[in-house]
Amino acid sequence: MIGIEHYVAVSSILFVLGVLGIFLNRKNVIVILMAIELILLAVNLNLVAFSSFLHDLTGQIFAMFVLTVAAGEAAIGLAILVIYFRDRGTIAVDDVNRMKG
Amino acid sequence: MDPILLIVFLPLLASVIAGLGNRALGNTVAKSLTTGALFIACGLSWPIFLGFFGGHAEAHVVPVLQWVQSGSLSFDWALRVDTLTAIMLVVITTVSALVHLYSWGYMSEDPDQPRFFAYLSLFTFAMLMLVTADNLVQMFFGWEGVGLASYLLIGFWFRKPSASAAAIKAFVVNRVGDLGFMLGIFGTFLVFNTVSIPEILVRAPGMAGSTIHFLGMQWDTMTILCVLLFIGAMGKSAQLGLHTWLPDAMEGPTPVSALIHAATMVTAGVFMVCRLSPMFAASETAMNVVTYVGAATLFFAATVGTTQWDIKRVIAYSTCSQLGYMFVAAGVGAPGAAMFHLFTHAFFKALLFLGAGSVIHAMHHEQDMRYYGGLRKKIPLTYWAMMMGTLAITGVGVVGVFGFAGFYSKDSILEAAYGSATVSGSVGFWLGITAALLTSFYSWRLMFLTFFGKPRWDQSEHIQHAVHDDHHGHGDHAHGHDHAKHDDGTAGYHPHESPLPMLVPLIVLSLGAVFAGYLFHHSFISEGTGHFWQGSIAFSEHLIHELHSVPTWVKWAPFAVMITGLAVAWYAYIANPGFPAKFAAAIRPLHLFFFNKWYFDELYNLVFVRPSFWLGRQFWKLGDIGFIDRFGPNGSAWLVLQGTKAAQRVQSGYLYSYALVMLLGLTAAITWAMVN
Repeated sequence: MIGIEHYVAVSSILFVLGVLGIFLNRKNVIVILMAIELILLAVNLNLVAFSSFLHDLTGQIFAMFVLTVAAGEAAIGLAILVIYFRDRGTIAVDDVNRMKG
Repeated sequence: MDPILLIVFLPLLASVIAGLGNRALGNTVAKSLTTGALFIACGLSWPIFLGFFGGHAEAHVVPVLQWVQSGSLSFDWALRVDTLTAIMLVVITTVSALVHLYSWGYMSEDPDQPRFFAYLSLFTFAMLMLVTADNLVQMFFGWEGVGLASYLLIGFWFRKPSASAAAIKAFVVNRVGDLGFMLGIFGTFLVFNTVSIPEILVRAPGMAGSTIHFLGMQWDTMTILCVLLFIGAMGKSAQLGLHTWLPDAMEGPTPVSALIHAATMVTAGVFMVCRLSPMFAASETAMNVVTYVGAATLFFAATVGTTQWDIKRVIAYSTCSQLGYMFVAAGVGAPGAAMFHLFTHAFFKALLFLGAGSVIHAMHHEQDMRYYGGLRKKIPLTYWAMMMGTLAITGVGVVGVFGFAGFYSKDSILEAAYGSATVSGSVGFWLGITAALLTSFYSWRLMFLTFFGKPRWDQSEHIQHAVHDDHHGHGDHAHGHDHAKHDDGTAGYHPHESPLPMLVPLIVLSLGAVFAGYLFHHSFISEGTGHFWQGSIAFSEHLIHELHSVPTWVKWAPFAVMITGLAVAWYAYIANPGFPAKFAAAIRPLHLFFFNKWYFDELYNLVFVRPSFWLGRQFWKLGDIGFIDRFGPNGSAWLVLQGTKAAQRVQSGYLYSYALVMLLGLTAAITWAMVN
């Protein structure tokens, strides 16, 4: 029987993979976007799992919202990336270091 | 309105107007204003003096303003007029007025004349405040005022480094003396609970024999007070030990030397000791200190004076020496004789200085007597004026008939020293006689080198410049018509007699140098003239009696040494001009010792100046730079720099590190929320 703890474990693993994908990634900004997507999916998994476990539909509705926001985020993120590439000719992570207050 | 108010405050008013107006007023207005004020003050002073001279004037005090009321300390601005003050009034205003007039000629080419005349008048005001003081604090005000004016005037040509240095030296050395004076005033207030001079003088004899705790030891009250006050007098009157500033002060313009460093300011110390003479009389030790210091100074300065080449320095050392005489007189208990010498000395010494200024003027700013010679025919009026001054300072005169000013005053000092019949008195007498010989020698040496013999002008750079300029048509003083060959040592230079404003003071002062002694000696130092002083000084009828009944040889001794000095000077500088050099070579170590002023400057450099510089450098390098700067401003700047460097490293600009920090922060926040 697959219990709630399995879902939580998988979503935790996905979340940590996503986080590590952001921090350990030294290559490409697209990978960061993908990692964020991964984190959101991990959250979604949690929401759906608990929704089913608690017999409360709110979680699943919220997951739909998260998916929508994730789609919007991906669209905007890629758009920024394209503009950025046009401007600087690179999207290597190590070259994106202009965010000094 | 009491005339004394006008006498004191007119010079101040003129000084303020001339000083603040400066170039806006212009030379002539500023000069007329200050000189006019001084002549008015002089004109008002003489009737006051003659009133006391005639014996029908009363000592009185003119209040001006309330000054300090604090607990038991209370004193006011007030002008005291008594015999002692009246004498100083005429000395100060007369010499000052004449020096103002003289400066019209002497300073005529200077670009800063209003400033010069403002300083001169300011000095006069401060000096008048000093001599009219009714309490010690007001005297101290005048004391510092004349010190300031002296500093400003010595450094009048402040672009000249040597003048600047001399001004600072005068100020600093005087500060040493002033410390003593201040401690003396504090101590006097501590003991008498008042700074009013008349009250102190009344109560001083009662304090004789009491003791006071000072610097961890028990001292005789009156001795310690008087010695402290006398240290102040030593600084101002250039006595041995604190004299080093006076010769250097000759860097100032010559009229300044005549007014401040001969006739008036340097006599302030003598005046103070005379004013407080009843106080000094309460301590025999203090009187001995005064006598010994005076005797040492008069001898020291006379020996140095015999070897100097600079005409102004010779007269400066002569002044130093004469001040020593005055202190000897004050020290043996004859302040009347001291004041008499102060009075006559003011005339003949101012005359000598102004005469020297006239010579310097004629010789195109050459001051070295080695390059003078033969000026008698060229500038006859100056020559005769200087001759009167020399006759006065060397004390020419016949006992009981007539003498020049110095004859009466200096002889009375020597007789008083002898007549006092004390050890210090005889030291003063014998050193005084020796110094009188030296005085005669160096005074006649000055005369012979300057006015007699053959011209030696051609070796002087100043003269060469003058002749050279003149040759190109720019000469102010010289008018050489033929620049071909001059084998007579003149280098083609023609000295000119000074203009009228410079000659009038010389003539007036000459009259003073000739007659001041003869006219006034009855009042100052004769038996039964206690009423002349009206108790303004400690007048000892007994000592005056002793003074007039000394043995005949004592009366004639100054005359004998004067003749000897004249003869030696004549032999050495007229009859046998090669002699001085040979003689100096024969006694080379002694001559060097005298020529280098007993190595006082070198000693002070070694003992005080260099250690002070060293200490200052230590404070600067170690204390200031090494500690305060290092841990203060520089330290905090360093701290901020290190902090920002650390903060800079956090701001890498990388997205992932920001995200990490955000995550860590979020984790920490959640953890905190959960734990609580």
